[in-house]
Amino acid sequence: MGLKFEIVKILLYSEMEKGNGEVSITFAIVSLTLMLFRVLYVIYWSGKPLRTEAPGALSTLIILGSGGHTAEMINLLLVLQKERFSPRFYIAAATDNMSLQKARTLENNLVDENGVKEVQTARFMQIYRSREVGQSYFTSVWTTLVAMAHALWLMTKIRPQVILCNGPGTCVPLCAIAFFFKVVGVRWSSVFYVESIARVRRLSLSGLLLYKLRIADQFFVQWPQLQRQYPRAHYVGCLM
Amino acid sequence: MGDTEDGIKLKKTVFVTVGTTCFDALVRAVDTREVKDELLKRGYTHLIIQMGRGSYTPTKSGGDDGSLAVDFFTFSSSIADHLRSASLVISHAVYDYIHFWDHGAGSGSIFETLRLGKPLIVVVNEDLMDNHQSELAEELAERKHLYCARPQTLNQTIAAMNLESLLPYPPGNAIPVAKLINRFLGFPDD
Repeated sequence: MGLKFEIVKILLYSEMEKGNGEVSITFAIVSLTLMLFRVLYVIYWSGKPLRTEAPGALSTLIILGSGGHTAEMINLLLVLQKERFSPRFYIAAATDNMSLQKARTLENNLVDENGVKEVQTARFMQIYRSREVGQSYFTSVWTTLVAMAHALWLMTKIRPQVILCNGPGTCVPLCAIAFFFKVVGVRWSSVFYVESIARVRRLSLSGLLLYKLRIADQFFVQWPQLQRQYPRAHYVGCLM
Repeated sequence: MGDTEDGIKLKKTVFVTVGTTCFDALVRAVDTREVKDELLKRGYTHLIIQMGRGSYTPTKSGGDDGSLAVDFFTFSSSIADHLRSASLVISHAVYDYIHFWDHGAGSGSIFETLRLGKPLIVVVNEDLMDNHQSELAEELAERKHLYCARPQTLNQTIAAMNLESLLPYPPGNAIPVAKLINRFLGFPDD
């Protein structure tokens, strides 16, 4: 502690000697305050409807969570008006081929229904997971960094206006980056999270994070008990 | 169902499925005298067990001497067919995320069985600690869509169940979510 204090003192004195110490401290405080206000501003406006007039088509990122999560998401996609949510970007974990296959089938059926081969409105991508089941914690430090960099790269490319997700893990880094984009003003996106039907009494970890950190603009649950526990959530009945 | 006029029993199959999980406690439970007796009393004639990755092998039986005919297999691509031809389904409780589509198109899940309108007993694996699996099964049991049991209480559940009192499970509906999303984004309701 003492040593640290000394170092800070020395650093401060050397700054002061240059005659701009106070200026840089003031600058740091001001920029920190501004950043804090920006974060609070974003949190304040998150969860509030965007506009009053009807928007055009919105670019939409759909995060497929694997298995039952993907099945629930596809049930939602079946009833969403596709022309409003376009273009659509699908992301699934690199180890999960089944989900993208299901999404491709859904998109192909759309093309068939409309008769004409539509201009490519759907894209499919895979993302590295930060940690596979059973992976050691030591190597997962490295893989987490790779996964974060990959998520950032994908999000920079897509910059979606709408994000639809329903857990598990994969959606958290992507949604965190979306929040970061809101703070720095790259893109204002609306994040929708639907908690799984299997969660009756407690939220999943992903759900809890997105709810508590107010990253999700709208948070949906499929059982009324959960809504009572998490009052900002919307109860929507069962998707399955 | 029940006996036909000439006294030959109609085929009534119980299908037991553990999905891709390992659930020896359930396979062992359905292989006990108590459970088999209760099933016979209820008029079931055949027992087919999909035992997954478990290591406990049940005893096969032809069912000629008026006992329950028992057959088993580890995995199959036609779980959906077995579900369809069953009169009663006894299933594990895990809402199987990872292996959801392993059995072809069907998930072999609780919901697939409910959608087929089959009477269902979901058995909770108590060896899986810190698992939210029983939440869903218990909630659906409370709403009378299925019965929820533990391996050691399965025979009591079979003895006490009243299949007439089960309520059909209404199909899922994503329209409420879609409506809220549209409204939030400023799209008009149609």
